[in-house]
Amino acid sequence: MNCTRTLLSAAAGALLFVGVADAAEYEVVQKNKTFSVKELTIKAGDTVKFTNEDEFFHNVFSLSDLKTFDLGSYPKGEYKSITFDKAGKVEVECAIHPSMLMTINVE
Amino acid sequence: MKQGGNKLARGILLASLVTLAACATTVQSGEGKTALKAGDPNLKHWLLPDTPPYPEDNKPTAERVALGKQLFFDPRLSRNGNMSCASCHSPMFGWSDGLPTARGHNGMLLGRASPTVINTAYNSIQMWDGRKKDLEDQAIGPMEASVEMNTDFNQMFRFLNNSKGYKAAFEKAYPGEGITKQSIARAIASYERTIISNDSPFDRWIKGDEKAMTEQQVRGFKIFKDPAKGNCAICHSAPNFTDDGFHNLGLASSAGEDADPGRFAHKPIKILKGAFKTPTLRDVSLTAPYFHDGSAKTLMDVVEHYAMGGIVKEHLSPNIRKLDLTRQDKEDLVAFMEALTTEHEPVVLPVLPLD
Repeated sequence: MNCTRTLLSAAAGALLFVGVADAAEYEVVQKNKTFSVKELTIKAGDTVKFTNEDEFFHNVFSLSDLKTFDLGSYPKGEYKSITFDKAGKVEVECAIHPSMLMTINVE
Repeated sequence: MKQGGNKLARGILLASLVTLAACATTVQSGEGKTALKAGDPNLKHWLLPDTPPYPEDNKPTAERVALGKQLFFDPRLSRNGNMSCASCHSPMFGWSDGLPTARGHNGMLLGRASPTVINTAYNSIQMWDGRKKDLEDQAIGPMEASVEMNTDFNQMFRFLNNSKGYKAAFEKAYPGEGITKQSIARAIASYERTIISNDSPFDRWIKGDEKAMTEQQVRGFKIFKDPAKGNCAICHSAPNFTDDGFHNLGLASSAGEDADPGRFAHKPIKILKGAFKTPTLRDVSLTAPYFHDGSAKTLMDVVEHYAMGGIVKEHLSPNIRKLDLTRQDKEDLVAFMEALTTEHEPVVLPVLPLD
């Protein structure tokens, strides 16, 4: 069963795309050295796609206990995705620009 | 955050994004098309706020700034009584020390250059490796460091608490708080927030004084901003000429396993190996030598380093690449950076309490 959920935030940041088997894909945009949303709530198994819309490189990583990852660094127009399997809280940062912080709540 | 599944919500969202994208394009193309005219509204984002931000619980007052100034210049806070904050952050050297890397306790040679204090008040993160979050957090660090001021805190608190002058100054600045690491740090931070450069020829040119910068300096600004030329503003961004970010510049000193890890020591992410915080360029003509290792003697040396795209490529910031710059371009860039220096009032040294 395909499932589509739409997510509307005040910051117009998180978008939903079509997921598979009840898993959804969200998009978080990196623009003006900020993540488009400060906080995102998703379900275990959902995927988040991080898209760089700035003119310079961004990085995406987390050193949270729940999930540690480094998606590397990439330029404008490129994106990297990651799936969150376990419930809990994940702090996501850009290594290059430490003021870029967001939290993903995995339910 | 609301969740819903209707087409209307999606439509609003897409419309918002389209509007946002259109706005961003307009601003960018507006700036791109500009023939760099003094006073252009599209360039106003290069102006710093008149006063820097401060924490709610440490609003600057005249008493706090005056106390902070005394503490900043007082060598008796160090273990040997011969090093103050100003030993490494001296107004005689653009609030740095004029050395490639700092000298600490007993003259020990340290591994990194003393960063300038100028405009650190606008930073969202402090230190070459970002290990301190704000000026209050940073101010006690050199006293605690055994290789720097190496302060004996028992000795220091005894000295301050036995000083009528300091006791009175602390009571005026932070009534009822006493003399603590926190009140010392807050006072020093308050003074550091007065060490500001925001009235350079560049600032006056941005505000509309077309004679404030020479034609060469305006050309330099254009090269500085142009992603296809200098590409400098990609990290030395508006308004404080820093992105408060961390980059490996490919310096010769970054080669080898024993190289300074920089930010990586605090955030073990691959791209941060040998990465250091982007320093402000305001007052940069006063703060030679340059880079965290002090390896560049002049601004032209700095430009030449970037023009060759760095020396050591391992872990090199992806923002750095070989640049297509003529000799004239390089000289224009240096001339532009020289326009970033504010003509400051002379610094008047404080009279320190003797008892």
